[in-house]
Amino acid sequence: MEKGAEKGEKGTWTVKTGLAQMLKGGVIMDVTTAEHAKIAEAAGACAVMALERVPADIRAAGGVARMADPVVIQAIQKSVTIPVMAKCRIGHFVEAQVLESLGVDFIDESEVLTPADESHHIYKHTFKVPFVCGCRDLGEALRRIGEGAAMIRTKGEAGTGNIVEAVRHMRAVMDSLRKLHSMSADELMAEAKVLGAPFELVQEVHKTGKLPVVNFAAGGVATPADAALMMQLGADGVFVGSGIFKSSNPELMAKAIVKATTHYKDPAIIAEVSKGIGAAMPGLDIKTIPEGELLAPRGW
Amino acid sequence: MKKIGVLAMQGAFAEHIAALRRLGVEAVPVRLTGEFKGLSGLVIPGGESTTIGKLMRDYSLVDELKKRISKGFPVLGTCAGMILLAKEVQGLNQHTLEAVDIRVKRNAFGRQVDSFEICLDIPVLGGLPFPAVFIRAPWIEKVGDGVEVLAKLPDGTPVAARQGNLLVTAFHPELTTDLRFHDYFLSIVNGNSKANSDEA
Repeated sequence: MEKGAEKGEKGTWTVKTGLAQMLKGGVIMDVTTAEHAKIAEAAGACAVMALERVPADIRAAGGVARMADPVVIQAIQKSVTIPVMAKCRIGHFVEAQVLESLGVDFIDESEVLTPADESHHIYKHTFKVPFVCGCRDLGEALRRIGEGAAMIRTKGEAGTGNIVEAVRHMRAVMDSLRKLHSMSADELMAEAKVLGAPFELVQEVHKTGKLPVVNFAAGGVATPADAALMMQLGADGVFVGSGIFKSSNPELMAKAIVKATTHYKDPAIIAEVSKGIGAAMPGLDIKTIPEGELLAPRGW
Repeated sequence: MKKIGVLAMQGAFAEHIAALRRLGVEAVPVRLTGEFKGLSGLVIPGGESTTIGKLMRDYSLVDELKKRISKGFPVLGTCAGMILLAKEVQGLNQHTLEAVDIRVKRNAFGRQVDSFEICLDIPVLGGLPFPAVFIRAPWIEKVGDGVEVLAKLPDGTPVAARQGNLLVTAFHPELTTDLRFHDYFLSIVNGNSKANSDEA
């Protein structure tokens, strides 16, 4: 594998954020078996997330949710040629080391798993593999980027099939980006304090009006229209967790969500791809979930 | 003003559009066959070649683009774009545009942890080395007659090539601020429009 690359520099910020840029406009699908991974790839997924259980099942099972069994991850890696991501617990840097040694292409330090540290996230700059982290607002996004996340996603509320939290989080991030961009330079330090975000990143966002890394939507996408909604709200791409393999026809749902993500500005195409694809996953009203069982508040 | 399309099925199309606009040309995303009208050239960006290829087939872009390429339409393909333009892709039965007489290997360097950046001497871009970013990149395994290799890694592996008005790179010029590769592509586009005034 070293052929040709021996004089190159690996694991740089450009290389890490670059992979996230290559995923843009695409759909990353949760899969639990090699067979599901092949269905996702054939449907046009730009990457898969290797898991032992999809979030809806994690939510139902309760208890402590951990990194997947390496056997599951390796079986999925062997079955597809697209990038394979995997989740580790918040703050569990040894799970992250294990995932890096398995050669996963991206690590999701995820609130869907039970946190291992209630104060600290992983210091991600020391890893060669890139990380994606969840956020509910701009401050949280910039804290994760400060720690070395090469990609951000909204948290939404995973495993619910309910888009309302993903919309809330995406709108919060976008509103803050616009606000920061229009502020004057002397207001930035006070705003950094309010956001709880690194000052240098606040200055960067002020200048560019954009997040310094790619930002996907996640947590509740269940239909082609959900995916297109998140794209129109400003997402660079979409994660679909339970929404594919908890629907009545995963193959058709997967293909339809891929097309709706590409043609997100074209309602006629979204209508066409939404026809006859079976039932979306059963949804959950967020208000019926006991506060202690919500996933999005995990992370600091 | 010249208008260049950037295929926007999936991948880093916004980065190419930004690079082309910095060079003063009009750049627009292309997702449907009707959007080819009036274009002087096309960029196929990096992204997932399986995803982009599938969406191109689903929306009839492969046939449309093949037709244009046969008439000399200039195309730049980076990474996934190179895979889609190649005559042969090793280890995968993908229907591609089959336009450039090269055999490429996908994910040739390994997984993401093996992705890298390196400065390369690319004679057609002039004296200064070019910052080349390789992300889960392919490489060129075999080059046919009529294909000019434009860049090689230090060990001699070809990573950029030209065949007529078609330009392919295994790396991502759109991820750097160096615009020389896009500028080189525009010189091909400009040469083409002099030779062939039909840009419809």
